Order: sequence, then structure tokens, then C-alpha cells
Amino acid sequence: MGTYTVRRLLQMIPVFIGVTFLIYWMVFSLPGDPTAGKCGERPCSEAYIAAFNEKYNLNEPLPVQYGLYMANVVQGDFGENQYGVSVSEELVERFQVTGQLGLMALGIEAVIGIAAGVLAGLRKGGFMDNLVLISTLLVISLPVFVTGSVLQLYLGVQWGLFPVTVSGEVSFYSLLLPAFVLASTSLAYLARLMRTNLADNVKSDYVRTARAKGLPERRVIGIHTLRNSMIPIITFLGYDLGALMGGAIITEGIFNIQGVGGYIFRGINDRDGVVVVGAVTALVLIYLAANLIVDLLYGLLDPRISLD
Amino acid sequence: MTELPGPKPAAESAVESQTIDPSGEEPREQSVRSLRGDAWRDLRKNPLFWIASVMILVFVAMAIAPGLFTNTDPRDFDLGEARSTPTGENWFGRDTQGYDLYARCIYGARASILVGLFSTIGTMIVGVTLGLLAGYKRGWVDGLTSRVAEVFFGLPLILGAIIILTSLQGEDDTYLWIIFQVVLAQVVLGWPSIFRLMRASVLQVTPNDYVASARALGASPLRVVRSHVLPNAIGPVIVISTINFGGFIAAEAALSFLGIGLRPPTISWGVMIDAGLAARSSAPHVLLFPALFLSLAVLAFIMLGDAIRDAFDPKSR
Repeated sequence: MGTYTVRRLLQMIPVFIGVTFLIYWMVFSLPGDPTAGKCGERPCSEAYIAAFNEKYNLNEPLPVQYGLYMANVVQGDFGENQYGVSVSEELVERFQVTGQLGLMALGIEAVIGIAAGVLAGLRKGGFMDNLVLISTLLVISLPVFVTGSVLQLYLGVQWGLFPVTVSGEVSFYSLLLPAFVLASTSLAYLARLMRTNLADNVKSDYVRTARAKGLPERRVIGIHTLRNSMIPIITFLGYDLGALMGGAIITEGIFNIQGVGGYIFRGINDRDGVVVVGAVTALVLIYLAANLIVDLLYGLLDPRISLD
Repeated sequence: MTELPGPKPAAESAVESQTIDPSGEEPREQSVRSLRGDAWRDLRKNPLFWIASVMILVFVAMAIAPGLFTNTDPRDFDLGEARSTPTGENWFGRDTQGYDLYARCIYGARASILVGLFSTIGTMIVGVTLGLLAGYKRGWVDGLTSRVAEVFFGLPLILGAIIILTSLQGEDDTYLWIIFQVVLAQVVLGWPSIFRLMRASVLQVTPNDYVASARALGASPLRVVRSHVLPNAIGPVIVISTINFGGFIAAEAALSFLGIGLRPPTISWGVMIDAGLAARSSAPHVLLFPALFLSLAVLAFIMLGDAIRDAFDPKSR
């Protein structure tokens, strides 16, 4: 297990370099002037462009630029945005919001998704099964921005049950509706995944054996079947955390949440490459950490998968 | 939805399964029942399969020949009638620009279906090929492809698409070029999930006795993969890909909503929903109809995916 963890950690390094380089390359090297928009509506003065290129090493070849940038990132310095504000400071602030939103969404997703999936999968073809299938179908087929906007309009604006937007102090309550909206699609997928797995596993030999040796039903389902059905679920949840935080951009836009998604989107619109690369790099770090945890859990959950 | 008479399905299933030369030998077919033949037999009995298929056919027909469904030009507008509610003449009413909503919903199908189709095919080709390679070969091939997949998987769909699309987009892109950009973004960011699924599935299938015995009988790796591993491992990929088809359509709409996917004057459900959202409290029907079309299209593909899954799963028999 120890060597596996170390190897897995080492494997993360090329992936991290790959993703960040990809982002850096796309943001800084593709057509488009990195200083466009930095000086308002008019083009920047040559002196400014020269200074900018010098500061971000844009005169160097791409790998050198990237290397110098990453050397700073490793020291926690993500550079400054176009107003001269430190990106690292803004990121810390915004990550607290997006992180809270993402984790709440993940929690909602796990609880409701697994519960619905278990109810459906235990009796395939039964009433609960059809109910879950139909409701998840509806949730999946409605685009998030429609669900979000409609819920905001009715639950927020017209009935006043939830805050319409998240402004000022971010609280658990104000993030509840956005987190639910963010979780909705993944939740439906998760419920269906759980249902499929459980329904498959319920018919497997080891479950029949467990029943045959007289184990109580609760143990057969709760220990034997559920645990084996959880393997793909854990994988899904682990990978989903990154997707949730990255995909929060739409939800954050609808509910006016000052999170990382909106920060990145604004950065792209302003052509503020430093902001985009910094924020996405930070997101990728979180995603990789979640992946690592999933991979380590894999071996614990399924002894058939050997880690060496 | 009608049941076909006896002999014909048998012939069809034999052709489907390709276990017998389709050119002849009718009598022997009754004895051969392959997985695919059985699956087709099951599928035919499933009403959801037929509902989904009919819906998809209708949407495809809309995409190919919108003129069959409406004579109204989707670019004809009447600003004086803007936001008018549904009437006998304008079945869905008019949107905020005074365009006929029904005509635009029909004409909007093409962009969505094209994006979904190309994205699904692209992710499947890349994901399945690499998944088979990684799961079957293991070793350094697995390590390398998995790392590459992780690199691309590390970019969340919407974020990655924003970066790709903003760097590709120009001022005067043509219709097909914009669609291609969106497809490219979705394939580049979407294949790792198919790859992971395929790889995991292959890892589960490979230790089975039938794979070992095929190897022991001297089958070439290509044959083992093609005839034993692929058919047994592809089930989840087919299901997810069919469902993803809908997901890609929805993602296209989301990108249009963010203002970086398709954009006016292109007519697409995403663009229409984006416009409808602005007017949702005063004229909800402007949002309702394109959202309905989009949801129905997504729904159709999910239902089809489910039906196929149930039919192809030998365990469900």
C-alpha cells in the first residue's frame, strides 16, 4: 500500500504538468493579444506591452515561459490580475465559496442519489424503480441553466423560500438551492448507476450464497451487495467533485455567487490570462487530489483489484 | 410498433448476428440465436424503445428537412407581435424578437442533432479504441494512455470548452465551423470518460475464463479483443454514449447560454433558451417551447440508451 501511494503520487506529477501546460498553452499562445482589454477600449502603449511581456516572460520560448510561471505557482504566487490585485489572494477567497458549494452539492448528490438508486435497484421493475427512472430522466433531460433559472424564479423570487442570489456573507442556507441545482444532473446519473449496479449484484452468486447460508436480508443487502455496488459509485463521486467545482460556473452565474467559476469566466472575457491559468491550475490540483483518494479507496473496497 | 410476422424477424436477427451468410440458407437460421439476435428480439418488445426511436426519427427528420414540418420562414419576424402567446396561426406564439417560435424550434433541431451526433461518434471512436488498448495490453501502454486521459479529464467540460472555444473563435465563422468547434471541444474533453469506462469494463472482462480459453485455443490478440472482449465490455459504453448524445445536446445549449457556443443568427435551441431566459418572468412560453424540445430530444436518447442496455445485458434475461 505504501509503495502504491508513493507511485501514485509520482504519477500525478506528469498529469499535473500536462494539464497546466495545456491550459497555459491554450490561454497564452493561441491567437489573440494577451494585453487586449488591459487598457480599456484603446490599444495598449508599446511601453506597456513591452513591460507586460517582460513581466510574464512572454518573450521567452513557450516551455521557458511555462517553467518560470510554474516556479512561481509552486511558491504560491499566481501573479497579479490586470488591476494589480494578487490572484492568489482572490483565489483563496473564491475557493472557499466554490469549495463549500461543491462539497454541499456532492453531499446532496451522494445522499439522495444513493438512496434513490438503492430503492430502485432492490426491486427492478417495481413502483419505486419506475418512479426513480422517470424522475431521473426528467432531471437529466432538463438543462441545468433552465432548472436553475426556473427554480430561482419560483422558489426564490415568487415564493421567497430561498435567497434569490448569494450576496454578501455566504451562508449554508443561501447556498442550499444553488448546491441542489448544481447537484441535480449528477444526482440523477448517480441514482441510475447505483440502481444498475445493485440490480446486477443482487442476482450474483455470492448474494445467493449469502442468502443460502441464512444471513439476514439486511446483512445480505447492506454488507454484501451494497459494498460491492459502491465501487463504481465512489469512483463517480470522486471524479465528480472536480467536475462539480469546474461546472459550477453556470450555477454561480445564475445565482450570482462570487466563486472560482465566475472568476475564470470574467478572466476569459477580459482576456486576463494570468487569472484564467491560475484559477484553472488550482482547480486541477483539487481534482487530482480527489482522483488520488478514489484510486486509493479502490483497493480497499475491491480486493479483486490488486494495487501492485 | 406492430409485431412482425414469424419468419421475417428470424431472418433479420440472423443478418444482425452475422453468424450466417446473409445471402441464403433460411432453414438453419431458426437454430442460431446469438446475443445480438436475442437483444433485437427483446428490444422489439420494449415500448420505450419504440417511443424513443420514433422521437429520435422525428427529430432527425426535423434536422434533415425542416420544411416538412413548417412553411414559415424562421427568419420572418413581426416586431409588433413580439412575445404574443400561442394562437391558431402561431402555434407556439412569438419570441421577444417577433419570430415564430414553432418554426424556430423546428429549424433549431439541426444544430443540436449535428452537435450531438458528431460528439458521440468522436468520443466513442477515441475512447473505445484507447480503452481496449489500455485495458487489454496493460503495462506501459495502460500507464501512458491513462495519464493522457487524466490530463484531458483534468479539464472540467465547461471550463475546458470555454478555453478551447474562446481561443478558436473568430469574428465571422461559418455555421459548420462553429458546430465543428463545439464538437471538437466536446470530443477533446469527453473522450476520457468513455475511455475510463471502457478500460474498467475490459479489466473486468479479461480475467474471465472464456477470454483465457480463447487465448489458449490460439486466437490472435486481435480476435480475442474483437470477438470476446469488445462485445462483452462495450455494453456500458453504448448505454453511456447514447445517454451522452443527449448530454452533448444539453452541453451545447449550456455553451450557447454562456455565449461561447452557437450564437445568433444561428438558430438552435440553446440560443433560443438563452433568449427566453431573459424574458422568463414576463413571457414564459418563449423559454418553455425550446426547453421542451431540448428536453424531449435529450429524453429520447436516454430512453433509447436504457432500452439498449436492458436488451444487451445477458444478466437481465
